[in-house]
Amino acid sequence: MSGFNARGAWSIYQRELMRAMRTAFQSILSPVLTTSLYFVVFGSVIGSRMEPVDGVPYGAFIIPGLLMLTLLGETTSNSSFGIYMPRFTGTIYELLSAPVGVAETLIGFVGAAATKGLILAAIILATATLFVDYEIAHPVFAIGYIMLVAASFSLFGFILGIWADSFEKLGIIPLLILTPLTFLGGTFYSIDDLPAPWNTVAFANPIAFLVSGLRWTFYGTSDVSIWVSLSLTLGFLALCVAIIAFIFKTGWRLRE
Amino acid sequence: MSDPILSIRNLTKVYAGGTKALDDVDLDISKGEIFALLGPNGAGKTTLIGAVCGLVRPTSGTITAFGQDLSTNWRSARERIGLVPQELSTDMFETVERSVAYSRGLFGRGPDKVRIEEVLRSLSLWDKRSSEIRELSGGMKRRVLIAKALAHEPDLLFLDEPTAGVDVELRKGMWEQVAALRERGVTIILTTHYIEEAELMADRVGIIRGGKILMVDNKDAMMQRLGTTEATIALAEPLSELPAAIAEYPVTLSEDGRELCYRGGDGSGSGSAEVAALTKALIAHGIDYTGIDVADSSLEDIFVDLVSQEEAA
Repeated sequence: MSGFNARGAWSIYQRELMRAMRTAFQSILSPVLTTSLYFVVFGSVIGSRMEPVDGVPYGAFIIPGLLMLTLLGETTSNSSFGIYMPRFTGTIYELLSAPVGVAETLIGFVGAAATKGLILAAIILATATLFVDYEIAHPVFAIGYIMLVAASFSLFGFILGIWADSFEKLGIIPLLILTPLTFLGGTFYSIDDLPAPWNTVAFANPIAFLVSGLRWTFYGTSDVSIWVSLSLTLGFLALCVAIIAFIFKTGWRLRE
Repeated sequence: MSDPILSIRNLTKVYAGGTKALDDVDLDISKGEIFALLGPNGAGKTTLIGAVCGLVRPTSGTITAFGQDLSTNWRSARERIGLVPQELSTDMFETVERSVAYSRGLFGRGPDKVRIEEVLRSLSLWDKRSSEIRELSGGMKRRVLIAKALAHEPDLLFLDEPTAGVDVELRKGMWEQVAALRERGVTIILTTHYIEEAELMADRVGIIRGGKILMVDNKDAMMQRLGTTEATIALAEPLSELPAAIAEYPVTLSEDGRELCYRGGDGSGSGSAEVAALTKALIAHGIDYTGIDVADSSLEDIFVDLVSQEEAA
């Protein structure tokens, strides 16, 4: 075998995707329904009474934020669950004894989680058209940025799944950290509209940069430069890759 | 010994808590043999397997499989190794066939429905191929684990306590499967604390305790070297002392003078022959007896002796 076990990576990827299909109600329908409710309540009903933000109708304005909310939560949860379950049930033995290394494992688990995230994003954007009129200003950038965020948070979820030693810990980060930070990161408002000093303090929240970046790809307006958002996202991705490389090198929580 | 398929040198594993699970272990395994690693619970059997299969990071020492150092060329070595773990760890919601096919892919082998069918049929799982693993009995789950380990056609197979907690019938079925694998040239290393299992199946036996290999030998040689025959002869009339006519035999007289106790031989059957000669000598000298109880020592006796000697030391 050469230095890369492509079949091994493909097997993990396929199985992880099939796991999502097996639980389609939970992993696809549920987040789509939740996001649709946001579109109905905040986009159509309340949004019709709101002033446009930065020249964008309110219903359309919240789309990137809501998309980010689902994307971050779902990619993190899917990826963390994907690697935590084999650890929990003991089936990790097979992965550890197989000729697969960090690259195959990441392509398999993280690739599948990111793919699920992208499928969700596509469904949510399609669903949004039922409730809100919107156009994407930079579609290629938007697709690229969504892919980058999906990959980054799938990597982050993978780390979480290795770190967690209980189901409670597995749920803490997405529910108690990512969701509140996304809500406060400008999903429903422009950070520029916040009174001082909150319009500065808000940028201590890294998710604000992600929401801002995605909003730029949609409408060409953002709280910070797209390049700042892009650089931060790439930096986060690189940090996650470095942590995972360290985990595999030392065997932390994987190999005794 | 021919070129070893697996060679372990100075292997030591100290866990984070300070427990030394393996202590300077040396072991060579030949191609095609069945090697049984015997030891009490906590002896280091599973750690040894884990170190070879990549589940445990050795503290020091080297492991060479198929001529490749596992610390550097682990990919090419691991694709030829299969592992059946002790715990029944399976993906409960997966079907049998998909789970086995997944294992094959994970080890870098392309899809091969014929091979998967062959493996499932050989383990009497074909009829259950579409069942989710959670629906199967414990014995079937264990067979699924074996099927998963065989899916990529390994040359070296580790069976960690393959018959732990399974009923007698299934245990016998498992032994037949191991024999069939050996016919196909698969080298097998199994850990067990059922000594009967080692005695029946293994070519060589290693005894491990406290992370140290106490002894490794050919099973028959071990039994010949350490085995004994014990015979108790119940006398028709009590004797006051051991008759000179049988003094050349390794016999002792019981305190009440009613039993002669023989302990000799070497595990090759010579003990039984000597007991026969002893009884003839007794008859020839007019010493009558009413019963004889003869027993050859088993691997279990040898194991217990070795382990208790080690404890005493």
